[in-house]
Amino acid sequence: MLVSYQWLQDYVDLSGVSPEEVAELLTRGGLEVDHIHRYHDGMDGVVVGKITDSGPHPDADKLTICQVDLGDQSSQIICGATNAPKASKVVVAKPGTVLPGNRVIEATEIRGQKSEGMICALDELGVSENLVSKEQQDLIIELPDDAEVGSDALEYLGLNDVVLEIDLTPNRSDALSMLGVAYDISALLDRPIKVPEIEHGAVRKNAIDQVSVTVEAGVDVPYYGAKIINKVTIAPSPLWMQMRLVAAGMRPVNNVVDITNYVMLETGQPLHAFDYDRFGSKEIVTRRAYAGETMTTLDEQVRTLNEEDIVITNGHTPTALAGVMGGASCEVIETTENILLEAAQFDPVRVRNTAKRTNLRSESSTRFEKGLDAQGTVQAAERAAYLLEKYAGGSVLNGIVESGEMPVFEQEVELSLGAVNTRLGTELDQKETEEILYRLGFGVEDLGDRWRISIPSRRLDINIQEDLIEEIARIYGYDRIPTTYPVSERSAGRLSNTQKLKRKARRFLEGAGLEEAITYSLTSEEKSKRFRLDEFSDDVRVLMPMSEERKVLRQSLLPQLLDSISYNKNRQNNDLALFEMGAVFLPNPGEKLPSELWHIAGAFSGNWTAAAWNKTAEPVDFYTAKGIVEGLLEQLGLTEGVTYRIAKREQLHPGQSADVLVNGQVVGFIGQLHPTFATREGLPVTYVFELRGEALLTEQDKTMRYDPLPRFPAIKRDFAVVVDAQISASEVQHVIYEAAGTWVKDVTLFDVYEGEHLEPGKKSLAYSVTFLNKERTLVDEEIAKVHETIVERLQSKLGASLRG
Amino acid sequence: MIDRLEELKLEAQSAVTSSQDKKELEQVRINYLGKKGPITEVLRGMGKLSAEERPVVGQKANEVREAIQASIDSKQAFFEEAELQEKLSAEKIDVTLPGKKVEAGSPHPLTAVVEQIEDIFVGLGFEVTEGPEVELDYYNFEMMNLPADHPARDMQDSFYVSEDTLLRTQTSPVQARTLQAAKGEGPVRIICPGKVYRRDEDDATHSHQFMQIEGLYVDKHVRMSDLKGVFDTFVKEYFGSNRAIRLRPSYFPFTEPSAEIDVNCGVCGGDGCRVCKQSGWIEVLGSGMVHPRVLEMNGFDPNVYSGFAFGMGVERFAMLKYGIDDIRHFYTNDTRFLSQFKHV
Repeated sequence: MLVSYQWLQDYVDLSGVSPEEVAELLTRGGLEVDHIHRYHDGMDGVVVGKITDSGPHPDADKLTICQVDLGDQSSQIICGATNAPKASKVVVAKPGTVLPGNRVIEATEIRGQKSEGMICALDELGVSENLVSKEQQDLIIELPDDAEVGSDALEYLGLNDVVLEIDLTPNRSDALSMLGVAYDISALLDRPIKVPEIEHGAVRKNAIDQVSVTVEAGVDVPYYGAKIINKVTIAPSPLWMQMRLVAAGMRPVNNVVDITNYVMLETGQPLHAFDYDRFGSKEIVTRRAYAGETMTTLDEQVRTLNEEDIVITNGHTPTALAGVMGGASCEVIETTENILLEAAQFDPVRVRNTAKRTNLRSESSTRFEKGLDAQGTVQAAERAAYLLEKYAGGSVLNGIVESGEMPVFEQEVELSLGAVNTRLGTELDQKETEEILYRLGFGVEDLGDRWRISIPSRRLDINIQEDLIEEIARIYGYDRIPTTYPVSERSAGRLSNTQKLKRKARRFLEGAGLEEAITYSLTSEEKSKRFRLDEFSDDVRVLMPMSEERKVLRQSLLPQLLDSISYNKNRQNNDLALFEMGAVFLPNPGEKLPSELWHIAGAFSGNWTAAAWNKTAEPVDFYTAKGIVEGLLEQLGLTEGVTYRIAKREQLHPGQSADVLVNGQVVGFIGQLHPTFATREGLPVTYVFELRGEALLTEQDKTMRYDPLPRFPAIKRDFAVVVDAQISASEVQHVIYEAAGTWVKDVTLFDVYEGEHLEPGKKSLAYSVTFLNKERTLVDEEIAKVHETIVERLQSKLGASLRG
Repeated sequence: MIDRLEELKLEAQSAVTSSQDKKELEQVRINYLGKKGPITEVLRGMGKLSAEERPVVGQKANEVREAIQASIDSKQAFFEEAELQEKLSAEKIDVTLPGKKVEAGSPHPLTAVVEQIEDIFVGLGFEVTEGPEVELDYYNFEMMNLPADHPARDMQDSFYVSEDTLLRTQTSPVQARTLQAAKGEGPVRIICPGKVYRRDEDDATHSHQFMQIEGLYVDKHVRMSDLKGVFDTFVKEYFGSNRAIRLRPSYFPFTEPSAEIDVNCGVCGGDGCRVCKQSGWIEVLGSGMVHPRVLEMNGFDPNVYSGFAFGMGVERFAMLKYGIDDIRHFYTNDTRFLSQFKHV
């Protein structure tokens, strides 16, 4: 909502209150002023001039040489506008003036003739081109005779105005008008409101003899009123009115249309003017459109309507799309003489839907959508009639032809002082509270322990006690509400066990050198099929996706994380270690909501550690990813029952991927991207993991006790065994543990060797086994025996031999 | 004999003094104190001495031996010290060469902000509650006082998954879920961080996916002045003790009265600058007293309970705090961006 500071003063006295102060007052009062526009900033030296003589430029067909009286001097100015030869009072920018767009006006010569300044058109003064009326485009401004030569032209035009741009909250439909904003200022400043003039001299003829109104569905059109104004003369509206429309962001058209718009801006009630003689009948019938019915709207577009639209008709064909746009067939045109003026109330939801469907959101439809002041409709019609009489020379017929009852909207709400103070934490007394209510224009009836407040019909947003409390608070001032602390019982706030574990997992991964990524949950159908931990199930898809790339909810974190890898790679960020934690979404047959499962994923490419003066670069490999997973599981308290087995998964390298199992259940996987897949996707060699988060978030063991430190020394034995290369390290390890009995404390694989000095197809695994007996010192003979058992068992089970 | 011993002592000490290294010193030791050395010889010849002479010579021999040993020890220590110094000097390194740095990763700035905010509210007695990202419109809208024909419920603005389920547009449904689970018994003190989704085209200031933190404090006798107190504390904790808040009337369907909370601009301190659009204030969150309809619909008696609710945009907080100018940075995961948040 654009609010002209000058216009506002028609309704409330703003003397001593600057535009900035008004803006601050409104903002603190709940009508947030987003921006203060000063279109005239820096424009100095724009004055009213009178063309005393003019003639064609000798060397240019389209230019006119004008002698212009500027009051204190007379100047010669060359002008290219077609209306220059016959113009009289004009707007002149003197040399030295800086016009919008940083255009500096200088005394110059144009084709050998001097030109001392510029005669201006509206757009040259900063009026946006789409707000200049069709007739005015490319023309210089012609001022009326009362403009005083030499005086400030911006002031005359009202272009020295300051416009406040208010960002309205959706509840404040009352402030979609100059008067509505003025009411708020009146309450905030405690100054009276000045109501606009509506008394016109109606003629004897009755409107009711000229037209009838029939409303077919009362719910759609609670009220329809029509006034008739005869013998108007179509002409431009007065310059001041045009400039006010411009300030409000509306383009002037002609006096009749401008007046309907002006009254809408003033009162909030949209009006529509039909050409009475071209209406097509003398009856107005409002009804639902028929399916497939068509009409041509003012913008010359043929619209196909449906049964959800309300139309105004002449009994046969639609003449307007109710609340949205008039029809072209009875538009007010240059030759229009008699006006049929509509002032109505339409169902807000219907107007909204029609405006939206036809993409015809307008100043008018916006106001209908938000709801109108029930008691303002007729007033607005009378106000427009008054202005049509005054500025279009019309005669207003007696009365208003109407259908439907004007809803008498007089909401009453009870309120007690106690409620105000307990809810706000204030200590207001009865008198100050009542004063605030009066300032808001509310009726206050004292019921002893409470009030009965009657709410003006323009305030559709006030229905319950809390609404009134907010009204009191905003006029009293939110900043005067004290600052207190809740008095309720104290209790410790906390993170849940799961939340703590998630944080722990994050800290571990960050500490280990990974950067956390957050990617989009919506992805393409193709990507959602990749890396799924679960069997294929259908996607959870959105009904109206914005693009193919954001069509379904992800079932795995990796596809999006790989997008981030590729994004980085394209920016030469090559050493990457990313992780993400977040939800994946699986359909949940029989349930309304999908299952949301919490996953952890990681992706690595490039070097794990960079080359430095004392080491060579270490590229990421399978074991980088696995090491992170191992560390993570340990952090989360999963020290036992974790196993890894080679796995075949699509998109993963068949020889370098493993499933991660906890107690025999697959909880995730680790692997290298399949080279074919990586190449196709333009990805570098990348290692990834994805884990089912929930499976890892175990209850924290609050009963954990420490293990007393051993009083006897541990004994270490190192040995290497040669086995078939096919045998996995975990099989060997398993056998060692089994054979080693209860004294084994730790088995560490410290070397793996294949190659020279070994038979082909064999590998050597070197282990360091630590033995400990908590009760006593172990003797060498005992260990030798266990060692022997281990070697025997390895030999019998895996065909291993001790390496010399 | 005694004289001979004395002579030996002087001779040995002189040899110790003139020894050039450990090896020579060892030779001196062997020469004088060794099994074949003169002192041993003296002691061996003791048998020939008289009973009176024996202890005297024996004592003297021991004295001399100890004296020589002491000289050797001292010289040995000298050599060792010199050797150590030489070794240390040889081991000198350039301490300005880079260390074997343990390269840590970094939290995502949005996670960092969420955790910072969680920690402040946990300190104020709140619990952290989460809810599903795909939500019933019953919780997302209906229970938040946004009835069926409300403009905010337009299909165009939300990602619907079915007629009555959608990607939540706000974290507010967690309020409804938590209140209903509390079955009309307060206090309820929660904050709910999470992802939300709206059908917006992605650009520098819009993202179809973003993060919010919703909060709710419901108990008997909660006042709007308490909301001010809690946020005064919060803002000072989060933005700094020199910051102040301003409440402005606003509108949300689920609160009444409603308030926008502004913080004085951290760049200009409130004088007005480009960052705060000359106003001196920066809007940081929406809040208000829980609408009695919301309490009632979710099983709380509005005549007994009151409360306040608030919601903030995590991206906005991160952008304000770290001066980030494009919301898309949060979702492209450029490591040149992410790695800057190591220390937060």
